[in-house]
Amino acid sequence: MNRAARTGRPRTRHLACACLAGLAAATAMPAGKLQAQQQDFSSVEISTLQVTENVYMLVGAGGNVTVQVGDDGVFIVDTQFAPLSDKIAAAIAEISDLPIRYIVNTHHHGDHIGGNANLRAVGSTVTGGNMPGPVPYAGGGAQVIAHENVILRLSAPGGDQAVSSTLWPTNTFFDDEKRLYFNAEGIRIIHQPRAHTDGDVIVFFRKSDVIAVGDVFSTTNYPVLDLNGGGSYRGVIDALNTIVDLIIPVYGQDGGTLVVPGHGRLSGLGDVLDYREMVLVIHDRLRYMIESGMTLEQVKAAGPTRDYDPVYGATEGFWTTERFVEAAYASLSEQIRGEQ
Amino acid sequence: MKSIPLLGAGRAVAVLAAAFALIPAAAQVNLAGQWTGMYHEDFPDRLPGPELGDYGGLPLNDANRMRAEAWSASILSLPLYQCRVHPVDYAASFAQIRIWETVNPDTQQLAAIHIQHFAWGTIRTIWMDGRDHPPDYAQHSAMGFSTGEFIGQTLRVRTTHLKEGWLRRNGVARSWNATVTEHFTRREDILTWHVYIEDPAYLEEPFFRNRDYVLNPTGRMGPYPCESVIETDMPENYFPHYLPGQNPYLREFGINHGIPYEATRGGAATMYPEYVETIRQMPPPEAPAQ
Repeated sequence: MNRAARTGRPRTRHLACACLAGLAAATAMPAGKLQAQQQDFSSVEISTLQVTENVYMLVGAGGNVTVQVGDDGVFIVDTQFAPLSDKIAAAIAEISDLPIRYIVNTHHHGDHIGGNANLRAVGSTVTGGNMPGPVPYAGGGAQVIAHENVILRLSAPGGDQAVSSTLWPTNTFFDDEKRLYFNAEGIRIIHQPRAHTDGDVIVFFRKSDVIAVGDVFSTTNYPVLDLNGGGSYRGVIDALNTIVDLIIPVYGQDGGTLVVPGHGRLSGLGDVLDYREMVLVIHDRLRYMIESGMTLEQVKAAGPTRDYDPVYGATEGFWTTERFVEAAYASLSEQIRGEQ
Repeated sequence: MKSIPLLGAGRAVAVLAAAFALIPAAAQVNLAGQWTGMYHEDFPDRLPGPELGDYGGLPLNDANRMRAEAWSASILSLPLYQCRVHPVDYAASFAQIRIWETVNPDTQQLAAIHIQHFAWGTIRTIWMDGRDHPPDYAQHSAMGFSTGEFIGQTLRVRTTHLKEGWLRRNGVARSWNATVTEHFTRREDILTWHVYIEDPAYLEEPFFRNRDYVLNPTGRMGPYPCESVIETDMPENYFPHYLPGQNPYLREFGINHGIPYEATRGGAATMYPEYVETIRQMPPPEAPAQ
């Protein structure tokens, strides 16, 4: 049993949050490079928000970390940046004194995989079966699970530059879904093709009724379309539809299935619907403009996102509104050409 | 027989003082009861609902105007949108509200005030125990997170952690990072609810409105069930809205009521009485179609 459950107290602690800054820093660079060297993490604190009895959301710099705990150990989704690993491990240790058994990466960006090596090292994999003698490597760290496209990006065959193999996933899959049973619940790791990247997964904790969705949904910014990383506008819509289909809300849509976004606040169905509404409305406008023969500059001048900019837009930093429109224009133009 | 020692005068005062200190502040007015809405203000907006393209009196900014102009009432045919509840800063506009208190059973101190809205049957909690608001990354909701305190006879409430909502049922949005300050003032059997909405995303200035209620000792709140159904076949990824410049209904309100189109488009200036003079300087509206 986790410590919060034992004490019966909800767990919420404050921290300094640099979520979008972390996202920006991470995605501004080629997949193989991690910007952790360039960012000062010394003032970043890790805050813990209890989501359900056995699931927690850790907020710091970089993508949100989801932590599921129970008698089998600790299961986490994403690892933020390497310099934060000690703080993340300490936050997890306050929730459970059992080892990390599994790590899932929702995609290959540095703000979600940077702590892979460090957190894997403080965990361990359960091994056994017909194995005479010790199996030091297999048991020497937590498993790191990701879609196959994540390791293809990180090892950079044909890409920019490979990252250290210590950050690579140790257990990849290439079909639509991987399933585990851990801490007394079924866990679905569902691939979302060509969404934010081509290696996105969402992780559905069936009994806890929580979905960790990575960067296919964030409450703070327009969708980050990493076109060089295999992402697409259409894929983001499909991923949001998948999330909506998995959610069963309570009356009023404020409870039921909860969603841990890649960045931003803990969410429910209403938040995802609002976000999907924005994505669909802008999709329709851009598509109409592209099919009307408008150039990118003409589209930008028309301001197709003006009504959503106060909520999701940015004029500075990595993922500005302008960059979003450019990426969306390129992605939808490619989609329209493919339909012809 | 056992004698009972008498208290010294000073000790008695101390005991009495301690006893009274445990009594909740008598100045706090009790708002509990069933309250029925009075519709002498804004009736067309509150029950029948606003007309399309009527944004007058709302301090909406350009971004919000663009959202409103894109809005299509067909959104209400989408199953996932049929049972969306009214947000906390809007829900009490309709029919009855019911108010009750939770007190600490040991100290009798007021711990929370609860309000049930007739519309959608939503229930909100206003925490009166001095607790902090949650961190930014906690979940937002239609009712938000509310804390309150009595300022004299008036209950002042501050609400954060709101989901996106609406200021009017014709597409005028209120963002999730808005904060709401309310005042509930009871004068015998009349309750007045003042709402003050600050939304840096979608408002040029804070928006203020108020509603009045009368105590209804025999009132009972009816149920408000809602079940989503598929009403019509829709294509994949269909979301009803109008592309910019293509909403054909935006001028109807002004034409039907003899109001210049510009005056229907809202903005902070349209909230103030002197705007009437501005309207008088505008060209007359188009004539209604025969």
